Amino acid sequence: MTRTMAGPPPGAPAGPKGRRPVPYRPRLSARLAYLMQRVLRPNAVNRRFGALVERSAAARKLFTAAERVSKEQLFGCRMCGQCALPVTGYSCPMGCPKELRNGPCGGVGPGGACEVYPEKRCVWVVGFERASSQGAADDLRRLQRPVDHRRWGESSWLNYWAGRDDGLWTGDDGLASPPVLGAHE
Amino acid sequence: MSLRERLAAGEFTVTAELSPPRGASAAAMLSRAELLRGWVDAVNITDNQGSHVRLSSWAGAAAVKQSGIIEPIMQMTCRDRNRIALQSDLLGAGALGIENLLFMSGDHPKFGDHPGAKPVFDLDSTQLVWTARTLRDEGRLISGKQVDPAPRFFLGAVENPFAPPVEYRARRAAKKIAAGAQFMQTQYVFDVPAFARWMAELGELGVLDRCAILAGVGVIRSARMLDFLASGKVPGVQVPEPVQRRLRGVAPEDVGAEGAKIAAEVIAAVRQIPGVAGVHLLTAGYEKQTPELLRLAGVDRSALIGQAPSGD
Repeated sequence: MTRTMAGPPPGAPAGPKGRRPVPYRPRLSARLAYLMQRVLRPNAVNRRFGALVERSAAARKLFTAAERVSKEQLFGCRMCGQCALPVTGYSCPMGCPKELRNGPCGGVGPGGACEVYPEKRCVWVVGFERASSQGAADDLRRLQRPVDHRRWGESSWLNYWAGRDDGLWTGDDGLASPPVLGAHE
Repeated sequence: MSLRERLAAGEFTVTAELSPPRGASAAAMLSRAELLRGWVDAVNITDNQGSHVRLSSWAGAAAVKQSGIIEPIMQMTCRDRNRIALQSDLLGAGALGIENLLFMSGDHPKFGDHPGAKPVFDLDSTQLVWTARTLRDEGRLISGKQVDPAPRFFLGAVENPFAPPVEYRARRAAKKIAAGAQFMQTQYVFDVPAFARWMAELGELGVLDRCAILAGVGVIRSARMLDFLASGKVPGVQVPEPVQRRLRGVAPEDVGAEGAKIAAEVIAAVRQIPGVAGVHLLTAGYEKQTPELLRLAGVDRSALIGQAPSGD
């Protein structure tokens, strides 16, 4: 019988555990992660730097590789190319075996264990704790839009600085007026 | 009265579950549906529950609807279909006149009869509710393309108020309500005070007037079932100590009766909680028990008995 399991999409890297989503305990403390957020914000300097990197294919490749290596170690990054970390307590939702971007499933064990990998903690339990510790729990009320699977393997930082990440999540909890689903706002 | 009308009217509502058969006929499911006629307002048709292959939920829902026995609620999980297939099936449900939909992430394939299956999870449950609402209200697909005509849907979601992070569960439910959920069924309620706290949080978030909450109620029918549910092996199910003590305190042959008593007490208790619109009976496979359970809980169904569902 032939194997019908899909291979990784072109250009997608093997994460620390291969392409399979497995909960990863962030190696960077919540406090440092939120400090890093200030540095990485798409300000004038970052935008200009990003544009410069994107001008050369080689620079882009090098930058993407550096991002991959560092985020793999720190957050178990799988390079989805559309980073949700800034609003998930810097606990990566793509490590959830169901890749849930809007919060934990109903199967989390009493002690916070992942349903699929009981020896790991649910990425959303970890994310909620980390976000709460930094006063950012309300970020978890934003609605996350569907992932664009064409972006796998791309540098999320370059996408972020170039504004290609705009609209990944809603600006608030979406309760005041119906949130718009597509990025075609 | 349809499920939508009944909830809008503020009538205490009862839903239940039917799992489609593993076979190419809906007949067995329809005879089980007969046992619920008049006793429940609508019934969930599960979508390959526990990641075990069954007759599809849309076909099951269509068969139940066509039978006129009861109003179906078609379950849809994110486990097996990408956004193309999900939206296509939403249009299909609309064409078949299936209005009640219930969305959930779905159990991981690891727990089912095809553990080697590819877990899809292209959308998550919140995004799927959002997709269905957008399809209905804006007549648009995720891509932005128009559909014609747009379907009529009554949209449901689920939540487990007892799973960690408990402090986040009401906010997560509110996200689904923002996305478009109009009714919500919960996981088994055994811990009534914890459920009441979750309801109070929903009240504080101001979402109870836009979403009807149906508390999940199940019957522990035997010592074996208690062991199984208390083992922690059933995703998301917790049986609190006092309930376990009570069930272990009776003779093994009386566990079923005591379990039914506990369930009836839970129904009576959640009825008193502001904002609870009804109960969702997680008693699939034991439909025969439903009338007795509702009688025990003091839920009056006399007006409904013998009536075919309206709105068909």
